Amino acid sequence: MSELKLMKGNEALAEAAIRAGVDAYFGYPITPQTEIIEYLMNERPEKRTGMVVLQAESEIAAINMVYGAASTGKKALTSSSSPGISLKLEGISYLAGAELPAVIVNVVRGGPGLGTIQPSQADYFQSVKGGGHGDYKLYVLAPASVQEMADFVEDAFDIAFKYRAPVLILSDGLIGQMMEKVVLKDQKSRMTNEELIEKYGDWAVTGKKGRERNIITSLDLQSEKMEARVHRLQKKYAQMEKEDLRFEKINCDDAEYLIVAYGSSARISQKAVELARAKGIKVGLLRPITLFPFPKKELFELADQVNGILSVELNAGQMVEDVRLSVEHKVPVEHFGRTGGIIHTPEEILEALEQKIINNGSIRHHKTRESSIL
Amino acid sequence: MEALDIIKPENQVFCKSQLMTDTPLSYCPGCGHGTANNLIMEVIDEMGISEDTIGVAPVGCSVLAYDFMNIDMTQAAHGRAPAVATAIARTWPEKYVFTYQGDGDLAAIGTAETIHACNRGENMVIFFINNGIYGMTGGQMAPTTLEGMKSSTSPYGREIASMGSPLKITELIANLPGVYSVSRHAIHTHKHARKAKIAIKQAFENTRLKKGLSFIEILSNCNSGWKMTPNDANIWMEENMFPYFPLGDIKVEGKLKV
Repeated sequence: MSELKLMKGNEALAEAAIRAGVDAYFGYPITPQTEIIEYLMNERPEKRTGMVVLQAESEIAAINMVYGAASTGKKALTSSSSPGISLKLEGISYLAGAELPAVIVNVVRGGPGLGTIQPSQADYFQSVKGGGHGDYKLYVLAPASVQEMADFVEDAFDIAFKYRAPVLILSDGLIGQMMEKVVLKDQKSRMTNEELIEKYGDWAVTGKKGRERNIITSLDLQSEKMEARVHRLQKKYAQMEKEDLRFEKINCDDAEYLIVAYGSSARISQKAVELARAKGIKVGLLRPITLFPFPKKELFELADQVNGILSVELNAGQMVEDVRLSVEHKVPVEHFGRTGGIIHTPEEILEALEQKIINNGSIRHHKTRESSIL
Repeated sequence: MEALDIIKPENQVFCKSQLMTDTPLSYCPGCGHGTANNLIMEVIDEMGISEDTIGVAPVGCSVLAYDFMNIDMTQAAHGRAPAVATAIARTWPEKYVFTYQGDGDLAAIGTAETIHACNRGENMVIFFINNGIYGMTGGQMAPTTLEGMKSSTSPYGREIASMGSPLKITELIANLPGVYSVSRHAIHTHKHARKAKIAIKQAFENTRLKKGLSFIEILSNCNSGWKMTPNDANIWMEENMFPYFPLGDIKVEGKLKV
């Protein structure tokens, strides 16, 4: 039965994982995502569905456990927060290289270094520009509510198995820690081993019963073979851009100015749009739900309609680079963001929009046009 | 009777396991890896468990083991095979899971994964091939490199004061309560290889009986890395490695041998 509950984002994600029929979770404690493993341990999912939950000795061990379970076609999940994700990146690169389906959750905190345990969106670059070594990308989902923390678990596994590729849920300390009502889906049964072998037996290592052996590896010492592997990966990413881009447009139809924001920043920016409209300023919000693929075409088209764009992020300016690349200098694009764990207020966002875009618009616009001609 | 009349498959006492592929071994001539690979495959074949076994081989000379072992295999990141195998053993408890790791992999970069998988008593087998050197990268000092032993990163010999003592990780692991059996073997002579094979069989038997973790160290030469002929390397191994890493059972059925 679907169920309405009041839950923390982290807990909603954990409960949704059990209900989605996830086979295994491997994790290591780090603030602000520890509730995920605490919730799972408390729920005894091994009794509810047979799901394996194990506290690993490190984030590195946890991602490699995910790699092991994923090698056998099991739905494996891990979660961490920024410094822990840095540790997992080698394993994530291996998952991408070996073409394994898996879901990784990053409940982002402020950095660099040990940084702060407060919310941040400073892992945008790390998430969408590779992070680990080699030519790979992650499909990145950015939840903006507790409901999406729950819903995106199943969505992420669908994509992971569609492409045999790792998928990242990029949350943050705000979405992870806040409580909201959430509708939880019905319990799905886990796939039986027989069903799994039937479905994934052409690649998963489950014991070579009645077939040739399977090998999971990311190693190709022959350059031509390695290049073919890289091309195969790039094809997947191109297909993701074509078939699985997700975004949300709010009040964009008549917008003269645009805010681009994802996750918690999008939630706060939505209020800023309301404040602006109450003042008679026609502002719209484009919320990328997937950060890769990125809504490049939509931004390029919206740039013909609006006079300027503000990229609102809880960082020193990261997604703004992708927004600028997308609009190809048609209109000025500026960044506004707080760091260090400070959350911007809707009022601050509106003020930034007025100062950086609306009031400076004509000057910046002129300059940008000039440089683009040169 | 001519010699060629005797050399027939049915008369062979020692031969390549039929679970070994026909891919030419990438190991250096004289290296012990080929024998170790073959022994493990012989046991899996004789036990009839090849369709229920999943192997994990991480980075090092062992990385290409999946080219030679004709079973389902996963290649793991450097040092992480015990974590990878843990997840496989946990999500497929009815399967036989093993890792095949070198000394740099198991006793340096993967120390944490090794110790913790052993401490949890995961139901699997760890094969630890100890040749006292990093073979794949061309003969650098390993945690198991002996005192005074020369390598490309200890060109004047391993100096204990600055480089530490050779790590007896097997003895360390034997002391963990989660570990069911631990033994150390060599495979450079038929006599040694036969003993090792018995231990390998017992280890997979332990998995079948869900006894927990079985740990088998196999001392091997690395004639290329040691810059010796294969025969000289085997003699050097007996004279230098055997005294520091004594062969035999270290833990049997959960009990330490005194």
